[in-house]
Formats: sequence, structure tokens, C-alpha cells
Amino acid sequence: MFRFIVRRLLQLIPTLFGLSILLFIWLRRLPGGPETAILGERGTPEMRAAIRRNLGLDEPILIQYGRFVKRMVRLDLGTSISTKREVTTEFLQRFPGTIELTITAMVIAIGIGIPLGYLAARKRGRFLDYASVGGSLIGICIPVFFLAYVLKAIFSENLGWFPSSGRQDPILGATRITNFFVLDGLMTREWDAAADALWHLILPGMALASIPLAIIVRITRASVLEVLGEDFVRTAEAKGLTENVVRRRHVLRNAMLPVATSIGLLTGGLLSGAVLTETVFAFSGIGAFLAESISNRDYPVLMGFIMIIAVVYVLVNLIVDLSYSLIDPRVRVR
Amino acid sequence: MRASRPKVAIAAIAAAALAVAGCAESDREEGSGGSKKDTLVFGVAGDPKVLDPSLASDGESLRVARQVFETLVRPEEGGTKVSPGLAESWEPDAAGTTWTFKLRTGVKFHDGEEFNAEAVCYNFNRWYNAKGLMQSPDVTAYWQDIMGGYAANEDPTLGESLFKSCTATDPTTVSLAFTRVSSKIPAALMLPSFSIHSPKALEQYDASNITGSADDIKYPAYATAHPTGTGPFKFKSWDVPNKTLTLERNEDYWGEKAKLKSLIFKTISDENARKQELRSGGIQGYDLVGPADVEPLKGEGFNVLTRPAFNILYLAINQKGNPKLADLKVRQALAHAINRQALVDSKLPPGAQVAVNFFPDTVEGWNGDVTKYDYDVEKAKALLAEAGASDLTLRFHYPTEVTRPYMPNPKDLFELISADLQAVGIKIEAIPLKWSPDYLNATTSGDKHDIHFLGWTGDYGDGYNFIGTFFDRQKDEWGFNNPALFEKFKKADSTADMAERIALYKELNADIMNFLPGVPISHSPPAIVFGKDVTGVKASPLTDERFSTAEFKS
Repeated sequence: MFRFIVRRLLQLIPTLFGLSILLFIWLRRLPGGPETAILGERGTPEMRAAIRRNLGLDEPILIQYGRFVKRMVRLDLGTSISTKREVTTEFLQRFPGTIELTITAMVIAIGIGIPLGYLAARKRGRFLDYASVGGSLIGICIPVFFLAYVLKAIFSENLGWFPSSGRQDPILGATRITNFFVLDGLMTREWDAAADALWHLILPGMALASIPLAIIVRITRASVLEVLGEDFVRTAEAKGLTENVVRRRHVLRNAMLPVATSIGLLTGGLLSGAVLTETVFAFSGIGAFLAESISNRDYPVLMGFIMIIAVVYVLVNLIVDLSYSLIDPRVRVR
Repeated sequence: MRASRPKVAIAAIAAAALAVAGCAESDREEGSGGSKKDTLVFGVAGDPKVLDPSLASDGESLRVARQVFETLVRPEEGGTKVSPGLAESWEPDAAGTTWTFKLRTGVKFHDGEEFNAEAVCYNFNRWYNAKGLMQSPDVTAYWQDIMGGYAANEDPTLGESLFKSCTATDPTTVSLAFTRVSSKIPAALMLPSFSIHSPKALEQYDASNITGSADDIKYPAYATAHPTGTGPFKFKSWDVPNKTLTLERNEDYWGEKAKLKSLIFKTISDENARKQELRSGGIQGYDLVGPADVEPLKGEGFNVLTRPAFNILYLAINQKGNPKLADLKVRQALAHAINRQALVDSKLPPGAQVAVNFFPDTVEGWNGDVTKYDYDVEKAKALLAEAGASDLTLRFHYPTEVTRPYMPNPKDLFELISADLQAVGIKIEAIPLKWSPDYLNATTSGDKHDIHFLGWTGDYGDGYNFIGTFFDRQKDEWGFNNPALFEKFKKADSTADMAERIALYKELNADIMNFLPGVPISHSPPAIVFGKDVTGVKASPLTDERFSTAEFKS
């Protein structure tokens, strides 16, 4: 087990190296540069040239890359060109928001998706089955940003039930410790701040949950159906075990393996959905900031954030792999 | 019995969600109900970059600076004319190179320090003596733009500094000496980048110590957390993860104190999201209102303020990219082909005007007596034929995903103008590009563009700030080389006598419209909106809205 983890972590090094080279070349091949974004329509050619010179963008790409690697080795991701704050600081201030949002979305997706998928399988061919399968198709088809707009227009603009943007009402002047706003509120006993932060998570969480929810419903349904047809389930039922025991020990446990895999992948995939959702809800996470940074050609932020996300992605998948052995004892990692 | 558990689970989740909802809502109302009337949350399109306006050039940083800091002279409220700020009066000497300012008394910085002539000189000397990274063009952009250089230039391409020295004659008298006469003084001193900071705070928080390397600039604590000015609001906190910046009333303000106890700027980059947030009550005002939203918001009872137009939208013609465009007749044909009145009437917000010069008539030097190019299809065709350019094909760049104060909907404008140009036989090759950085990059450098839109919002009320920016030397955007015109610009810039300079601007406007480097299209009034119960703010053409007078109707 330990060796497995170490091996997987060591694999990260060549992966990150390759990724950084590709990313570095790709970013610098994009037309325009940060100087255009910094200066807007006010830029004279001299000012643009001076900024490029200052940022070292006039040097050969190999030298630029060398500088980047030298910094990376010291775990220094540099400074954002547009905000002039350290990339690490920017990340640490925003990542908790995205995690909160992702957790909210996954809680919604798993909390509703697994029971619904299971029910659909058990009630195969009945109304609930058609409704959830049809519903999940719609969930997959509707673009996240569109759903986000619709949810916001209905529940925020018209009904006024939910706040329409941000992570917390600024009037509360809440204390910041970890930048996980809900957690901060609980830690400082500012209950209103915690509740308010949670309240700000619901709508964007729902928008972001739509695709994973739909996928989880479908995978759970398919997987449960497959397991229900297995001999051991029939045997278990024939043995006279109660419905509950069969469901928990035999059906769900075996059906959860593909679901768990998909949850791991979906969680990673949520980051791309987060770019859109965060932008629509002016939610200060890494997604919205990444989108901004692409417009600004903020190379250090793009490099740094994507490298960190890659590490997180690998770690999430490692955890998923490890969780297999908990769900299914047959899958043992050496 | 079957499947009862999931049902229970769903019910439990729903119940929990509702419970949290109820409790959150009641808390919110309780928490904000009492303070609502003295806190204004204003939606802005972007985060400020830095809190020290000497290092800022973006609108959002300057918006914050305008509430926290004051400058020697400032624009009159709601206008562009130079009026008293921290200085009560000012005058140049006979040569026009030394300006003496009489300062206001009884003014204190937010840290309790006294404001006086020494403090003014401390600030000017700080900028002038900038060293190392402080001289980077993206750090002290406005100083470089206005003053041109520093005491000791580290970059050989920089020129001699316009600023020469500062002398504090007595606590309330300060003289600024310049190396030459310039059209920029005193108007440019209204820019927030020339805000006067507390010398003590500047030292305490190491304000000029910008570290790191050129490609990795790190700001000192002053610029990120301790801006200390004399303005009606004090900086309180900047909650980056929550995208909000909070200011609070300066109780020791020398003038009329702010009516609001606190002012919060909340960043919502999406224009539609700002509108939704205003409607849902999360913010009580926002800037950069889409022109299409002006009438609906007014109809709903919101206070939509229209800023006097202080901008220009033009169609740039690049003479270097396409030799045919170097022919004046072809440029005249383009001008005659475009129905600008129709465009202003149908696609620009109410109050927009067709442009006659490359700056609005609120700027001195505007000249109504210039060559005008009326909409005339036949004449345009004839001119093209004369020039042998009847089969002209033009690469027409236009930006997508952008709203600028002077250009609310580039795609619509592109379509109308394309149709006009096609009507006189010009073939159009449409080149849509994302505003930043693709479009800006493509249109302001190189020679791959023929015609494109761009515009400008003035920084201060001087003609040079408009036409000088476009035409005072050869630029990639236009491609032409017209030494006579460039020479006249130099003369205008260095003319001390105001009346004489204005006469030169009038001449320049006439010359420009004869030479026709591009077609001035329109001036459009940008809008800013406040909640139904918010009053007291006066719209400013320079976006210098003063929130200190904002209040909630009781």
C-alpha cells in the first residue's frame, strides 16, 4: 500500500514536467500578451515594449522556461502580472471557495443521485425510472452556465430566496481564518456568517451539480441493474435475507465501485464547470480567476494554478483508487 | 416498506436545506436591517489592482483612490474643469513653468498627521526620485505618461522629466517647477495618481520599496493594506476572497463629512450579474450599465444617472496596411459612405451625438467649423471611382465580448457600418476578435488591419489628452506619417498661453478633419445606476463620482 502511494506520487514528477513544457509553449504561442491587457487602449508601442522587456518576455523561451523551473523547484510560483500578488496567495485565497462549491455540488449530486439511481433501477420501467433517466438526460444536455442563469433569474432575481452573487454578504464583515467561509463562521462562532456563506453556496452548487448528478443517476442505475441480475443476489434473496441486508451488503456495495470511480473523475471535472458557474455567480474561486487570467494572459497565474490543479487531480484519483479497496475487498492494492 | 429509506433521506436533505435557509434568511435580515441605511454596497466590474494610486492606472483602483485620497486640484463636481482640491488657488509664473499652489489649512491625513506644503513636496519627490522597479512602466504608468521621466532615468528610452522640483515656501504655499511649458499642467494633476499621501504612512509601510524582479514585482504593505490619504472615506479592509473592499467614514474630514458610515465595493465582473444583483437587493448601485438596460432600469424606478459624454468612438483607417487607404479620396469615400446619424439614433444610448471632431464639444478647442462628411452614397462611389478603388476590399476588425463606455455593442456597430460600406461597393472581410488581448493587439500594432473601431475616454479636460494621444506622432494604429501635423502638435503642447493653445487645438481639429486619418463616429454618455432609495451622487464625465454625498432616502 505504502509503495503504491509513493509510486503514484513519484509518477507526478514527469507528469508535471511534461505538462509544464506543453503549457509554457502553448501559452506563449497565444497571440497578444499581458502588456496588451495591462495597458488597454492606452498602450503606445513603446510602453508595450517596455513592459515586455520588464517581464522578460523578449528573451528566448528557453531562458524564460529555465527561470520558471528554477522558481518551481523552490515551490515559488511567482507573482501575478495583473494583481501583483503572489500566485500562491491568490490560490490559497480562492481555492477554498472552489472546494466549498465543489463539495456542495458533490453533496447535492451524490445525495440525490445515488438514491435516485437506485430507485430507478428498482422501479425499472415505471414512471420514476423514466422520469429520472429522462431528467438526467436534460441535466447533461443543459449547459451549466445557462442553468446558472436560469436558477439565478428564478430563485434570486424574481423570488429573492437566494443571494445572486458572491460568497458572503459583505455587510457582515466576517472574520477570515482559513478562507473556507462556512468553516470560518463555525470557528469564530459567527453563526450568521456561516449560514450566510452556506446560503450563498446553494444556487451555484445546484448549477454545478447538474451534470455530475445526471451522470451519477445513470451510472448508479445501470450498475444496480447489473448487480440485481447477478446470481449472488438471487442466492441472497433465496437464503431469506431481509430486503435491507440484501440491498446494503450485496447490491449497493457491489454497485458502488463504478459509481466511486465516476465520482472521482467527476470531482476533477467539476473544475471546468466551476469556471462558468463562478463567473455567473461572481463567486470568488479559482475558476473565475482562471478565466480572467486567460484574458489577461497572466502567465504566472495560469502556469501556477494549472500545475496545482494537476497535482490535486492526481491526488483525488489516488484517493479514489485507495477507496476501491474499502468498497470492494477483492481490489487490493499491492 | 420498500424504498422507504431513500425517500426519508431525500426528505431529510430537503428539510435540512429549508431549515438552514430559514435561519440564514432571518439572520441576514437581522444583521443588515439596522445598518442598511448607512452602508452602500456598490457593484464594480473588476477588483482594484492596488491601493496606492501612484502605482495604479486601472479604473477600479482609481475609483477607490478617489474616495480615500485627494489631489491638489480636482475636477469640478460633475464636470471636467480644474477646480480646488487640497489647493485653494494656483497660478503659473510669467514663463508658465512654475506653478504656485496655496494650500487648504486644517486638513489632516487619516493617520492624524498634518497636511502641509512639506507633505506635498514629499509626495512629488517620492515619484520623481523613483528608483529600480518604481520606474517600471506598468508600476508608475501615469507618472511616466504625464512627466515622461525621473530624476535619474534607469531606462535610456525614457525622456527628460517634465517635473523639475518642489519647493515648500511656507506650510500653506508650495511651488512646482517644470522643465518646460506643457498643456498637461495643471489639468493632469487632477488624476488620482497624483494623490497626496501621508508621508509618515508612506515611510512606515515602506511604500516605495517595490521588491522582486522585473518579471515578479512585489508591492509593499502600503500599497496593499495601508493607503493613507485625506479623503472623506478611510480604508478599512480588503476581503480579496469575497471580492469586496470596505471603506468607512473619515470622522475628521476637513469638509462636509460623508453621509454614509461605510461604503463597500463589490466586484461582479459580469454585467448581467450586476443587474440581477441590483434587482435582488444585494447591491445598491453599479457602474458600466449596458445601454440596453438604461430604459428598463429607469422604468423600474432605479436612479439611472447619465454621465456627460467625455469620450470618442472612431473608425480608424490604417494607411500602412493597405496602400489604397493612403489615398485621401478613399478615406473621404469611407466617411461619406457611413450613415453616422442612423447609427447614433439606433444603436447608441439616448443622448449620444454624432462626432464632428475627435473630442467632444465639452473640451475647449472643439471646432464646429471643420470639413464635415455628410452621408452621401453617390459621392462616396464617385470618390472611390476617381481613386481607382472601386473594387476595394477591407479587413474590418471588430471586438467581441466587450462593452466600452464609448462603444456599447461593437458587433451591432460593425454590422451597420459594414452594410453602409458594402452599399458603396466595398467588400468587407470581417475579423472578429476577443477584446483583450487579441483585438487590442491586432489593431494597435503591425499592419495587418485596414479599418477597426477604437475609442478613448478622457483623463482630464484638455484637448491634447484626446487628439494628441492619437495623432501627435506616427503610430501603428493609423500608420501614416504627417510631419507637419506632428510639428503642430508639439507647438500646441508647449504653448503656455491658454487662449493661444486653444486656437491651436481648433486649427488642429480642422487639419485632422481635412487629413481624415479616421472617421470620428460618436460621443456616447455612459450610465451609472443607484438603488431606488439612494440619492446624492452626481455623475461625472471623468467617472469621478463622489460617494461622500450619497445617502439613503428615509
